[in-house]
Amino acid sequence: MPLEFSAQSKQRIERVLSRYPNKQAALLPVLHIAQDEFGHLPDPVVELVAKTVDVSPAHVFGVVTFYTMFHRARHGRNELMVCTNISCMLRGGYEILHHIEQRLGIKAGQTTSDGAFTLVEEECLAACANAPMMICGQDYFLDLTPQKVDAILDDLRRRFKEQQKMSPVGGGGSSTLHGVGPLPGAKA
Amino acid sequence: MAMDASLKIVTKNFGVADSHKLSVYQQRGGMQAFRKALSMQPAALVDEVKKSNLRGRGGAGFPTGMKWSFIPKEAKTVYLVVNADESEPGTCKDRELLAYDPHLLLEGMLIASYALGCKHAYIYIRGEMMREARIVDDAIDEAYAAGLLGKDHSTAAGTFKLDVTLHRGAGAYICGEETGLLNSLEGKRGWPRLKPPFPAVRGLFNAPTVVNNVETIMNLPDIVQRGGEWFAGVGMGKSGGTRIVCVSGHVVKPGVYELPMGISSRALIYDVCGGIPNGRTLKGLIPGGSSMPPLDASELDVPIEFDALMTDVRIKDVEVKPGVPFDLGGGRKLKTMAGSGGVVVFDDKTDVVALCARIMEFYAHESCGQCTPCREGSGWLARVCRRLARGEGEHGDIELLANVANGIGGNTICALGDAAAWPMLGFITKFRADFEAKLAQSPKARNAATAPAGGLGARA
Repeated sequence: MPLEFSAQSKQRIERVLSRYPNKQAALLPVLHIAQDEFGHLPDPVVELVAKTVDVSPAHVFGVVTFYTMFHRARHGRNELMVCTNISCMLRGGYEILHHIEQRLGIKAGQTTSDGAFTLVEEECLAACANAPMMICGQDYFLDLTPQKVDAILDDLRRRFKEQQKMSPVGGGGSSTLHGVGPLPGAKA
Repeated sequence: MAMDASLKIVTKNFGVADSHKLSVYQQRGGMQAFRKALSMQPAALVDEVKKSNLRGRGGAGFPTGMKWSFIPKEAKTVYLVVNADESEPGTCKDRELLAYDPHLLLEGMLIASYALGCKHAYIYIRGEMMREARIVDDAIDEAYAAGLLGKDHSTAAGTFKLDVTLHRGAGAYICGEETGLLNSLEGKRGWPRLKPPFPAVRGLFNAPTVVNNVETIMNLPDIVQRGGEWFAGVGMGKSGGTRIVCVSGHVVKPGVYELPMGISSRALIYDVCGGIPNGRTLKGLIPGGSSMPPLDASELDVPIEFDALMTDVRIKDVEVKPGVPFDLGGGRKLKTMAGSGGVVVFDDKTDVVALCARIMEFYAHESCGQCTPCREGSGWLARVCRRLARGEGEHGDIELLANVANGIGGNTICALGDAAAWPMLGFITKFRADFEAKLAQSPKARNAATAPAGGLGARA
């Protein structure tokens, strides 16, 4: 059966499409919706999005791979985006990144084996006056110290375990992608 | 110049409880400027903005009224796009402005759209700013519910109705460049477009388009309420209004500050931000985001204002090699620019070569890949600067860096190439001794000390 959006996503997409004079302009918003639903954007999702906004899968592929927030491979439940650009670098951004690498036993760019965390070294995230900093989901964590980071990681890990208990699927994105195996190179 | 440090225009509602709600915004006088604007002719509004000397706060400092006046008079469809893709390293003002006062932005957009004849405006917000996007989206919903958006208003020039849509980016610095942003908004890769045609002639969906920064737009309600002349009067020279500076790095009190236009770097760092911590001294600063050449400790008395930073004789010219100034075209020399207001301060213990290498790595990562000088050159700058910083530099590396940077500047579709080249040349010009000291540490450079000096031609 071909892949389809959920009813809720379809509703969001309808609303988005009404805001632009052509369908293609809705590509970025639709990709965000697709990633919210499927967790990442492998080929079947790329094809579904292409059909939805009436462009070729090749065009969607080009766009997906241009932007750093769109993921071809499954990511951890918590994506830690740690800034190491100059304002953060001057105030210990690399120390924070290396501290997290050590705590989680992974390098920047990798996902923990339980799927709880993906660690990303990020460029400037526009919170320079509160350096060093990182983002996880909607949350900006500012004026970080190794101690603060420890508390944040413990809290996120605890919540991840609770979520896993509630839904045995767990792992990567916010939902499972039916009929689509993990891509080669996917860590989780 | 009126130096009133207490004057707040764009941050006037900061610190007020629930400042992001429409009811609070209106209780504090919000939307009155929009009502006043509707009683004026659109052309009169454009004139008022011209008179105000409002200049673009995103980086270039281009006069806003003039930008508006490029929209063809006969245009049927016009778009206003607000650039909220804040990503210039060192800049963190728009994120706070969006979170604390989204209705000031919407009122500014209503005024600008009426003046420009725009019926549907877009806000392009940086993808990573998820919470801010939600706040702005909620504000848009409130404005629709209150009939400010999506409903006809009767005006001095007929009826006016505006729709506003928030569009989230997805992680690409280049989408802050206005034509890259427009391509991204059209569902494409954020590749900057060749200019001309400029967006004012052919922009979003091929229609005449104005792209303005968040802070720029948020100045409009006060310009309408208090007049363009008043706004010009509180500024300095040809730059009206106040200025938001985001101070980060080695200062006691980093922060986002709305200050009188033209405050000096010295007053900013020592009076406003409490000086340099840990008993250290200042080595230098970047005055307007990482794209701008740095200033050294002898250049602190120049006002942080668009024209002063470009022309003041107290700032040294950026050089291609000692004694040879970089040519911006037509013999114009480069000092630095006020840019996006991101002031990054670094102390005397800072490894400036490593700092510069990190900046170069950023531009190499963010180059969109369209133009060869930028795509290849930014990578060379990053790799060579990094090996210098690690103490593994090779003989002639400083000249190589300057040569590559000189080959990028002015030779690309958009300003990202310049954004890599200018700070590279600026750092070498201002801190050459640090680069030479790094080179002297390198065994490779010492071994090659007898090789011919200089530039690409000298290399195998």
